[in-house]
Amino acid sequence: MESKEHTLSILVENTPGVLSQVSRLFSRKGYNIDSIASGATEDPKVTRITIVMNGDDATIEQLAAQLRKLLCVISVKVLSTEDAVQRELVLVKVKAETKDKRDEVLQIVSVFRASVVDISRETLTISILGDENKAGALMDLLADFGLMEVVRTGIIAIERGVRTIYEDTKESGEFNYGKNVL
Amino acid sequence: MINGAQVLMESLKREGVERIFGYAGATICPAVDALAATDIAYTLVRTEQNAGHMASGYARMMGRPGVCMVTSGPGATNLITGIATAYMDSIPMVAITGQVQSYLLGRDIFQEVDITGACAPFTKHSYLVKDANDIPRVVKEAFHIASTGRQGPVLIDIPIDIQQQMIDPVYPDSVDIRGYKPSVKGNDVQIKRVAEAISAAQKPLLCVGGGLFSAHAQAELVALCEGARIPVVTTMMGLGLLPTDHPLNLGMIGAFGTPTANRALNTTDLLIIAGARAADRAVTSPKEIASRTKTVHLDVDPAEIGKNFSTTVPVVGDVKVILGQLISHRPRAQSDAWIADLQARRQAEPRPAAAPGAGSVTPSYLMHALGEKLGDDACVCVDVGQNQIWAAKHLPMKHGRFLTTGGLGTMGYSLPAALGVKAAVPDRQVAVVCGDGSFQMFENELATLKAMDADVKLVMVHNGVLGLVHQIQFSSYSGPFGVDLTGSPDFEALAAAYGIPSARIADDGQVDAAIDAMLTQSGPYLLICDVDPMATTSST
Repeated sequence: MESKEHTLSILVENTPGVLSQVSRLFSRKGYNIDSIASGATEDPKVTRITIVMNGDDATIEQLAAQLRKLLCVISVKVLSTEDAVQRELVLVKVKAETKDKRDEVLQIVSVFRASVVDISRETLTISILGDENKAGALMDLLADFGLMEVVRTGIIAIERGVRTIYEDTKESGEFNYGKNVL
Repeated sequence: MINGAQVLMESLKREGVERIFGYAGATICPAVDALAATDIAYTLVRTEQNAGHMASGYARMMGRPGVCMVTSGPGATNLITGIATAYMDSIPMVAITGQVQSYLLGRDIFQEVDITGACAPFTKHSYLVKDANDIPRVVKEAFHIASTGRQGPVLIDIPIDIQQQMIDPVYPDSVDIRGYKPSVKGNDVQIKRVAEAISAAQKPLLCVGGGLFSAHAQAELVALCEGARIPVVTTMMGLGLLPTDHPLNLGMIGAFGTPTANRALNTTDLLIIAGARAADRAVTSPKEIASRTKTVHLDVDPAEIGKNFSTTVPVVGDVKVILGQLISHRPRAQSDAWIADLQARRQAEPRPAAAPGAGSVTPSYLMHALGEKLGDDACVCVDVGQNQIWAAKHLPMKHGRFLTTGGLGTMGYSLPAALGVKAAVPDRQVAVVCGDGSFQMFENELATLKAMDADVKLVMVHNGVLGLVHQIQFSSYSGPFGVDLTGSPDFEALAAAYGIPSARIADDGQVDAAIDAMLTQSGPYLLICDVDPMATTSST
């Protein structure tokens, strides 16, 4: 089967060691995480982890099933790029030692609707919010000036429309976990 | 006010715990002290790993979690293999470990290890208790988690200062864990699809595993296979679900299975896997089978669906409940011709025969004779290696149990498991089948056997080598290396040192009389059977 990028949204109890429990499962089952982002939700007792990884559909389904076996996991949802809004924040420090170069960078930044968050005589630090493609395209252009440092938050994602991850919790009864349907 | 250790014991009693297998050490002393004041029985093992195996054997007979309790550091790390074995065999267990003072955690002090971290890959869940007030809830949750859904081991790590903390305990009546809601009932629509598939099938086949023992679903299996006319094959963990001579039982599948069982697996038009994960040893080419035939998978663990086998119709739930639901549809396959053909093939399979005068014991004949002579409901605890394969292939089962570690394959499992079995069901006949290699992995537990004065009969196939590796080295590598058991003791003298009677035989002509003599004795006994080191699992 075809291997492609998948986004996994995972709701977990906010308890000590929960992130390591989740990430350990990936290494134990032999899967690589492309990006991972984690933070509290509207309920401080619940953390939402977003993981991006590559794999075929069957692999992702198996992994989601394994994740659901962890007691700290409340809900797992595989989000597709079409049905979900994805965002990532990237901070880029780029060399710009002359005014010409600074102007050039500022122009690119404005086209991408990114913003400059720090400036020095020799550098510009740029923040860009967007999906992976947008950040990638910007970094491509900035690479000409010399990338000094890049830091990314990892992708976070949320479903479009009225659907939420809470429809798929173990408590909500007959969802994929016990629906017996592949 | 009582201390955390007393709260622990009271919590265990409330879960119906009657026995603990363990090994004391500094950080578990408060719990041992509290245990001494209860009527919970205690068995001291000789190494912590075997406390796990004993709890496993005990749990498999009691149908509820076995409990083992050891100290921190090396006690806990020694127990890891016992926990991992239970995990791979899906055996309910609650393992309790002592831990260094909670305020010293992380400083690498004497006998400190991160045991919950180390055991994460092979525990169903684990707890590090940091407040004695949590103990009643943690214990209640641990027993619930270990014994429901897909069963398995749960670890509770309790620092010594928490065991000594004085509290007024509050014991919960029920458990509610947000992240743990195992399915019980199968989906009705899916069940109906399975029933229809059975009625439409001409060559249906049930492949059953250890999950049916866990679910106590033997009666449902008999009702379904007989009522719907479906022949049955088993995995190693499923041996004994049906008597060997049941007309619909085709025996074990897999690399070490019967020709008829494997033929059925390769020609079926509807394969129903129930309570089995059908891993590599059982099904060597799952893709090929799944591409050719319709497959149904009944399992309590949704993550098993599609893991080793792609499935046409999955049903998730308690397999006893699911089989009951299926039976209520009264499916009936058009399978008379298929069954007649398979039964004829099964009848034509060669029978183990004695070859007296050869100067060694024929393993297949030994297992056959042992199975024939054991009582109707005997429990046979089988180790790992050639002895396991020979027993699985040739030891006829009646209404007893075949207890082995089919998942992790831990050498040295058999005797400690047998001691757990004996503790659970003292009135049933218990036998051990092992090799001279596996014997030397558990021989320290001969002391526990003696201390319990348990009526356990040990049958050792003795060939002076690590037989199964020896065999593989001949067939697939450059030859035997590092498998010669030179230096092994005189096993009869060793048994005598523990006050255990023994006998040694080296010919098929002695087999029947030797087994009879062993079984008429009361108390522990060791029968050493010299087999040819070149005998393989495929030869007889």
